[in-house]
Formats: sequence, structure tokens, C-alpha cells
Amino acid sequence: MKIPPVLQELTHYRSALLGLLIIGGLLAIALYTVITIPYDEAIQRWRAGEEMWGDYPRNAVPEWFRLFAGNSLPTTLILDSQTPGQVRKESQVVTDEMRTADMTFAFDYTSDGFPNEINLFLTAKFQQKKPQATMIWKTPDGRRIPLGDTTVGVAERFAISTDQRLSLKLDGRAPEVGLFAQAGTTAKGETPVVQKGKYELIIEGLTFESASDLNAKLVVYGQAHGLAGTDHRRRDIMVALLWGTPIALAFGFLAAVGSTMTTFTIAAIGSWFGGWLDAVIQRLTEINSVLPTLPILILVGTFYTRSIWVILGIVIALGIFSLGIKTYRSMFLQVKEMPYIEAAHAYGAGNLRIVFRYMMPKIAPVLIPSFVTLIPSYVFLEASLSVLGLGDPLLPTWGKVLNDAYTNGALYNGYYYWVLEPAFLLMLTGLGFAVVGFALDRIFNPRLREL
Amino acid sequence: MASGVLTEKALAPPKIGLRAPDTLTRIAKYVLYRGVALFGTVVVGVYLTVLIANMGGYLDTIRIAQIREQVGAAVLNDAALQTLPPSELRKYIDDLVILEMQRLRLDQPFVVRSVDYLVDALTLNLGRAEHLTSNSGSNQVRLILFERIPATLLLSATANLSLFFTAIFVALFLSRRYGSRLDRMIIALAPSSSVPAWFYGIFLILIFASLLHVLPFGGMVDTPPPEAMPAYILSLLKHMILPITAIVLHSIFVGIYQWRTFFLIYSSEDYVDMAKAKGLTARTIERRYILRPTLPPIVTSFAFTLIYLWQGAIILETVFSWPGVGRLLYQAISIFDVPVIVGNVVLIAYLLVISVFLLDILYALLDPRVKVGGEQRV
Repeated sequence: MKIPPVLQELTHYRSALLGLLIIGGLLAIALYTVITIPYDEAIQRWRAGEEMWGDYPRNAVPEWFRLFAGNSLPTTLILDSQTPGQVRKESQVVTDEMRTADMTFAFDYTSDGFPNEINLFLTAKFQQKKPQATMIWKTPDGRRIPLGDTTVGVAERFAISTDQRLSLKLDGRAPEVGLFAQAGTTAKGETPVVQKGKYELIIEGLTFESASDLNAKLVVYGQAHGLAGTDHRRRDIMVALLWGTPIALAFGFLAAVGSTMTTFTIAAIGSWFGGWLDAVIQRLTEINSVLPTLPILILVGTFYTRSIWVILGIVIALGIFSLGIKTYRSMFLQVKEMPYIEAAHAYGAGNLRIVFRYMMPKIAPVLIPSFVTLIPSYVFLEASLSVLGLGDPLLPTWGKVLNDAYTNGALYNGYYYWVLEPAFLLMLTGLGFAVVGFALDRIFNPRLREL
Repeated sequence: MASGVLTEKALAPPKIGLRAPDTLTRIAKYVLYRGVALFGTVVVGVYLTVLIANMGGYLDTIRIAQIREQVGAAVLNDAALQTLPPSELRKYIDDLVILEMQRLRLDQPFVVRSVDYLVDALTLNLGRAEHLTSNSGSNQVRLILFERIPATLLLSATANLSLFFTAIFVALFLSRRYGSRLDRMIIALAPSSSVPAWFYGIFLILIFASLLHVLPFGGMVDTPPPEAMPAYILSLLKHMILPITAIVLHSIFVGIYQWRTFFLIYSSEDYVDMAKAKGLTARTIERRYILRPTLPPIVTSFAFTLIYLWQGAIILETVFSWPGVGRLLYQAISIFDVPVIVGNVVLIAYLLVISVFLLDILYALLDPRVKVGGEQRV
């Protein structure tokens, strides 16, 4: 059976059509990802550290949630004194060396929900004497709340949200709630209500050297970020979802190709030569079928390397003597007795020529359905290892997102998107390939079609 | 047993042509053969484990550290040795360690030692854990492992038995109504088995624990465990619902699909038509003429499901915080407790093989054609 008629026949199965569509979509995502986010950049964006994603909120839901959540999910607000036009900055000479560096961060807050967190990043230029800064919070109704003061090093983070003393001043509420709440709603037993309007953060700075300078960046983190949200380390989950696609497909595909092809070849050789070779292959298959594959992979992952490519190699190695050998062998034994093989033998074809050129092509089409159904099982195997904490140390994969979500109690804490996004993609991959595989099985095994 | 065989043989009519060999001998021979073969598999699996764990030198490090600890403790407890200056005391300990290493053959080449390790592992002589302890406070790996087995067995036995019987009855039911809407629907659902059980577990937790708050997130019983027996069992059952549903959801549709196909193939045999012509009732035909010959292939396919499920249990138990062998492996990995990891893999290999072995015996009982060397003739 040639490939085009098979494709044509596949389109008779509505489910298979859907499956093909899913596989096509996943391939498109994989291709798009590899082209737009190069490998190095992906690793950088997933593993670099806070400087890479410091402006992202922690555990933020995807931005499209805002469509359903009304106005309660603010997005992140960033005001930087080094970006022209965002912050009013004034400087007055006090003495020869001493100057003021006053900054006013003014912004409109219109959301019904509180921000996720507030951080102030201060940077300073100086020779010896560090500049000083005093921060004051001004609410729309004119209340002035002092946030404290600090001497500023080269780069410093003034974490407003984790300030315990400030929290005590705000009736024990977290600062990001207390600072944005209407007066009188923060008391115990009350539900804080957001006060909308124009807020100001005033920084009264003092520099002590003529060339000294003070700059600041205010980040009011939102509750929603990007298309996929962020995780506990502020990383954009989208990076992992996108890069997980080519990795999952490549892993599944290579593992399936590797194990099916070797299994198929060994079955052909064993059934052609017969005798002790066949017997050895048969016994090896029986042993291999009961070997605990996953625990062995776990051992390798724990003791040696968690590199996805080494794991791939072992998965293929353990898949060589899989039970498929028994199925293929019984087919090859029938093919072996066919007249055209005898003819080939008669004209002097060598053993290997008969195996590779005559026997294997004859039943190669039978490989296709099992090959397609194998792919998702390997994709899930990788995810399983990742969920156990044995995922690749560098690459972002779907399974690793699930593992992060699991170890941080995502289901318990209500971060459903964190679990559902990678799970949805895994599920799509699994179902897409399985549906096509089942349809192919019916096409290549007509006996099943009647049933 | 031997005398039973003899009397049966004595009473049997004289052999005419080809006759099935005596059932008991046949099964005994087959079970012995499979037992040896499966034990060989365990040996290979455990030896692989020993090789993998040792190439990093882990087993040796464990043993040498243990010896050092024991010798150190013994010397410190010996009052007579306390008068020695520290340097001499250290040398004394080093000498003792070397002596002990020689006694335990740790100075031998790896090939020789690997056999020692193999025997130790096979006899479940697994040493002491580095961090984990059993509930009774022991750090013997064997005790830690044994404590977890009942939980794992309870979960997997319940799940697999309910899976097996539900699938058989539904498959029989569908084979009677094949082509119906229900039949087509179940077939359409068969690809859902490509998704592993733990994965359904995540969704079940999300729906029934996170959103609806009707069932627990995980664990085996409430904390603190209820004192009274009925309350304890009730709590246990409540915690078992989700993991068992996850396992059943994962395997049931593909099981029904495959077994329904077996039933349909066997119900188109000539002898079934013959039975119908004889006027036997539908129930009798189903039981004697369809179910009977179909059971062996069903048992075989179930054995493979079981192999897959055993290994999947590692993650399923982790997802549901079920205190079984699988979750122990996860815990051991997270704190890198090597003896427990190695022992756990050995135990899983044993459990896997024992369940396959039990199914093999069942298979031999069900299929009168099965016997040693019977393969070639079929």
C-alpha cells in the first residue's frame, strides 16, 4: 500500500482527520518556536535568573483570563526614571557637592484587584559617598504614607512588599494591599477595597558628590502576565510551553523510530536465520518484556545524567527487544515461505539482501500504526521522568513545568493554569497521535475494520 | 501430588493417538519452566541495577562508609583503646577497616563483587538507609520497603481487579451489540489510553479536590487517622476513589476495545455456529464457547497492562501522595538515599515478575494447550 492512498483513506475517519490537524498544529508550533526563539535564547530565558525576569510578576495568571475576570486582574506597571517622560525628576543644588534628586512616580490605578507585589529598584552612580533616598507613598485621597529611607548602593532592590514594619502600619495587611486600599477598609474583619485614582511615589533623594546620580524604577506587579502566565520564579511559562513542543515531538519521534526500526530489523534477521540466533532473540525479548523500564531510567537519571539525549538512548536500547518482535516474527515466518523469496534465493541473492530488500519491505507498512501510537507513550515517558524531578537540567519541557507546579502545590493553591497548560498540550499530543494510530491500524489490518 | 498423578494415570483409558498430557503434570511443568525463566529475568534486572548503581561507585561507597562507622563505633566503645594517642588510634581504625574490607571481599575485582551484590539484592539483604527510616524507626532498607508494600498492593490489587472484571463484562456486552451507538462510542474512546493514569489523576484532583472539595487531595487516610475501625476503613475508601478511578480511566477503554475484538473473532468460529444449531441458550454459548477460548489471550493482554501499570504506580502514588513503594522511590530520589533507591528498584522488579508469574499460572489453568515446548507446534 502506497502512502498517498493511505492518507486518502485516513480522511474517511473523522477522528483521524482531527488527529492529523492536531499533529500538524503541534509541528507548526515546534517549527515556529525553533525559528523565533533560538535554543540559546530559550535556555537564557528559562534559566538566567532574576535579572532576566525580575519585572515579571510571580504566579500571575495568563492575560486572557482578564476577558472573563472583569476588571479585577491588573497588569504590571513599570515606571523608570531613566526612560524619558515617565517620571518627573528634579535636582537642586544644596551645597557645593550636595544636590537633591527628587523623583515623582505618578500613575493611574484603575483595576478592581490589588497588585501582586511592589518593588522599587534603585541604582546610583557615585565615587565614595552613597546617595540617600526617602520614599513616600501618596494615595489619591491625599494620605501620605512614609515607606522608609535607605542609602543606595550601585544597584539595590527596595522590596516594598516584604517590609514587615510597613505591613504593621497598614493594619497587618500586605503592603501591596494596604497601600492600594481605601482608607478604613484594611481593619481586621473588613474586606479591603481598591481605591482607584492617581497614586504617587515620591522619592526624596540626596547625592553627595558632583558627579553622583540617583535613578529608580518602580514596578507594580500585576496579577496577569503574557499568554501563559508566570511561575513561582517569575518566569514566563510560555517559553517552556513553546520549547516543550519541539522537544516532546523530537523525543517521541526519535525514540519511536529508534526502537521500532531496531526491533523490526532484529525480528527479520532472527526469523530468516532461525536456529540458535532466533532462540536467543526470543529469550531476550521475554526477559526484556518484564524488565522494569521506568525504574532503570530513574536509576540512570539519579546516578549519572539527566540529559534528555542520554535518556533517549537508553529508552531506545530498552525498546530494542520489545514485544513487537513476537508480532513481526510471526509475520516474517509467513513471508519467509513465499515463492518470491524462494525465487530470490534461486537467483543467488545473499542472506542479508533477502532480509533487507525482500522481507522487510514486504511488511514494512504494518510498522506505521504501531509507530504512530508509540510516539505519545514516549512523550509521556519523558514527562513522567520530569514529574519525578529527573527532567533535563537545561531544557524547559512540559513535564518540568508540571513538576514545578506539583512541587509548589499549584492545585492546592489554586494556580490551575500552571497545571492545565502543559497538561493540555501533553493531552493533545497523546490524543492526536493515538487517534491517527488507531485509524491507521484499521486501514492496515482490514480484519479490524469489519469489527 | 505424585501419588495423585499416578492414580489418575492408572485410571485413565489407554492412549489412543495424540492425547493431551495429564493436566497436573502439564501445569506443574509449565509453571516450573516459567518460574525459572522469570527468575532469570529478575536476575538480569537486578544485575543491571547493580551495574548501573555501581559504575558511579555508589554501592562501594555505601559499604565502606558502613564499615568505617561500625569499626569506629566498636573502637570508641572499647575502654582499653581510649588510652592510645589519637594518631595511633586512627591507624588502628584504618587497619581494622582494611581487614574488614578484605573479609567482605571489597578488595576483589568488580566482577567478583558484583555477584556478591547480586546475591545480596536478590535475597533482599539491602543494607541500611542513609536518611529515611521506617515508621518503627529502623533504618533497615528491607523494613522500610516492606512497610510500604501493603499500601501499594491494596491500591493496585483493587484497581486491577475492578479493571479486569469491568472490562470483561462490558466487552462481552458490547460484542453482543456490536455496531451499536454505545459500541462505536467506546471504540472512539479507546485512544484515551495513550494518556497515562497519573495524568488523569491530576485532572481528577483538580476537579474533585480543588474545585468541588468532595474528595481528598491525596494520602491514604485522614490526618490524624481515625481511631475506630469503621471510620478508618471509610476514610481509606474515600482516599482510594480518585487513584483507582485514574487507573481504571486509563486502561478501561482500550481493554474493552481489545477484548471485544477477541470476543467477536471467537464468536465467528464454526463451533459457535454449531452450538447455535444445537439450540443451546445464548448464555451457555457465551460462557462455554466464547468466553472460555477467549480468556487466555485476554489474560496475556492483561499481563502487559499490568506490567505497564506497576511501573506507572511510581508516579501515580507520587501524584496522590499514596504511601506506597512508588512514592517511597520518589522520596528516596529527592533526598538521594541510594540504598533505598536500589532496594526499591529490586523490589519493583520482584513485584512485577511475581504478578506476571501468577497470571502465567492462571493462563496455564485456562488454556489446556499450553505446555513446555508447546509453542513450536502451534
